[in-house]
Amino acid sequence: MIRQAAMAVALLATWPAAAQTDDMANPAFLWVEEGKALWSERPRPGAKSCADCHGAAETAMRGVAARHPAFDAKRGRAMLLTQRLDACRVEHQGETPFEPESRRQLGLAAYIALQSRGLPVAIAADGPLAKTVAEGRALYTRRIGQLDLSCAQCHDDLVGRRLAATAIPSGHVNAYPVYRSDWLGMGSFWRRLGNCTTGVRAEAFAPHSPEHVALESYLAARGNDLPMQAPGFRN
Amino acid sequence: MTAQFLPRRQFLLRAAGAAGFVLVPGLWRPLGATPAEVKAEIAKLVGEAALRPGLVKLDLPVLVESPNAVGMTVTAGTPPAGTRIQSFHVFAAANPLPNVGHFHFGPRAGRPRVSTHIRLADSQTVTAIAKLSDGSCWSDSVDLLVTLSACLD
Amino acid sequence: MTRVLIRVPKTVKPGQEFEIKVLISHPMETGYRRDHQGTPIPRDIVKQFRCTLDGEEVFRAEMFPAIAANPYFFFHAVAERGGTLRFEWSDERGTAWRESAALTVE
Ligand code: HEC
Ligand code: HEC
Repeated sequence: MIRQAAMAVALLATWPAAAQTDDMANPAFLWVEEGKALWSERPRPGAKSCADCHGAAETAMRGVAARHPAFDAKRGRAMLLTQRLDACRVEHQGETPFEPESRRQLGLAAYIALQSRGLPVAIAADGPLAKTVAEGRALYTRRIGQLDLSCAQCHDDLVGRRLAATAIPSGHVNAYPVYRSDWLGMGSFWRRLGNCTTGVRAEAFAPHSPEHVALESYLAARGNDLPMQAPGFRN
Repeated sequence: MTAQFLPRRQFLLRAAGAAGFVLVPGLWRPLGATPAEVKAEIAKLVGEAALRPGLVKLDLPVLVESPNAVGMTVTAGTPPAGTRIQSFHVFAAANPLPNVGHFHFGPRAGRPRVSTHIRLADSQTVTAIAKLSDGSCWSDSVDLLVTLSACLD
Repeated sequence: MTRVLIRVPKTVKPGQEFEIKVLISHPMETGYRRDHQGTPIPRDIVKQFRCTLDGEEVFRAEMFPAIAANPYFFFHAVAERGGTLRFEWSDERGTAWRESAALTVE
């Protein structure tokens, strides 16, 4: 049985030279390639592709991931980048939202985030998003779970200390979505959040729930000015 | 009892014990290959020839924090006149299967080199062997430490 | 689904070494893991990978479960004249995949 590798003709010689060496070693770029294809794919005849409305992602999406989550005036609420994608999927393409953590959702989010690589994180945290950021901060410092721990106790007070084999990171989200070798795949901040809430034996938050949106908004704002690194690689 | 009242080490251990943080050991059965198994695999490859140190260079981090994808590069110096390097063979003695990979270089290869990502079950010695066209075998080893929960003691 | 990413230079100089990088989409299931119900997940790995230039071998890898998920290979090749680079890989269940890339030498 021989299968011609389907959409695989990905000769990436056109990528920015500086990024080349490391990118190929990061399997996240297998997802990025899918997101790139999805960008100009029409979901069904007559429907518009992302590219039909937005044009080239390299210009249209530059800086977009760096300023998300953002407050959406039209809808009157904070929106994550993945919620944006869903909004366009539903309202402009007439399709159903992306399945959380699917290859398509992660691929498209990673492809869009890549267009902001190196730019400083720029969350407008003191405008109308401030309320959501404050809610996120409150959640971040609240003790939860059977272990009765807050995110802050680990990610502010114990940064660099070891939890089993793992050094506790400072909990930034500028590299998300990331490829993780122990997931054997990619995941968003929401998936990582699930690992941390399970870790302290707390109930997980649903994807795109108010808690998820608030925590991601707070963490993104807390990382303002850091360079965007998505899609990241975590062992 | 809340974490606040635990000594820090115990606090960390306890938090680590909770599901979601310690994912690594699940990837492998706990038992590694036996030294005899590794010797047998290497003997299969080397045959009667003596295994000489040198020529081949194995690059691996000495301290491994995340053993699911460890960057590894194998390269080699210039082989003795009249010979060429045919292949590299990598063995990880403490993995459940000592074989990691066999890498062959054909007539269209440039300088023999392979970089890839490997999995390591535990702290151990990893060995790379270069096999030459005259049948001689050269080796390089790296002793590395995989940081598992044991290091909290 | 994207099955592979391959990076080769568009053009190379005759006799001058160049780099090839390949990233294959595959879980490389070791056979030692269990799912949430405790059932062992069967071993499923890419066993062979081979790169040739107009039929002549550049690089070949025989893999074991110790190769990480989504196998990545970086190796060197040399070409005197242009041709077709072929990439073939297969798992232990008899599924095989292939991809090719044109190489211009000038
Ligand atoms: C029919 C046209 C149309 C299509 C198709 C469409 N969009 Fe949009 N998109 C818009 C409009 C209009 C806006 C701005 C207003 C809004 O929120 O709807 C927007 C906003 C966005 C934003 C926010 C940009 C910013 O500067 O904050 C992103 C990201 C985005 N779209 C991604 C996508 C993706 C990904 C797809 C394909 C899955 C897509 N869009 C398909 C029209 C479209
Ligand atoms: C017991 C300590 C602990 C607590 C409490 C905890 N985390 Fe974590 N968190 C970790 C560790 C350890 C990692 C890194 C795990 C790894 O990389 O394997 C991590 C990773 C993360 C990351 C990814 C950082 C990166 O660079 O990839 C984010 C974001 C994060 N945590 C957010 C949170 C949030 C939000 C909470 C509260 C709901 C929380 N964590 C609670 C220990 C903790």
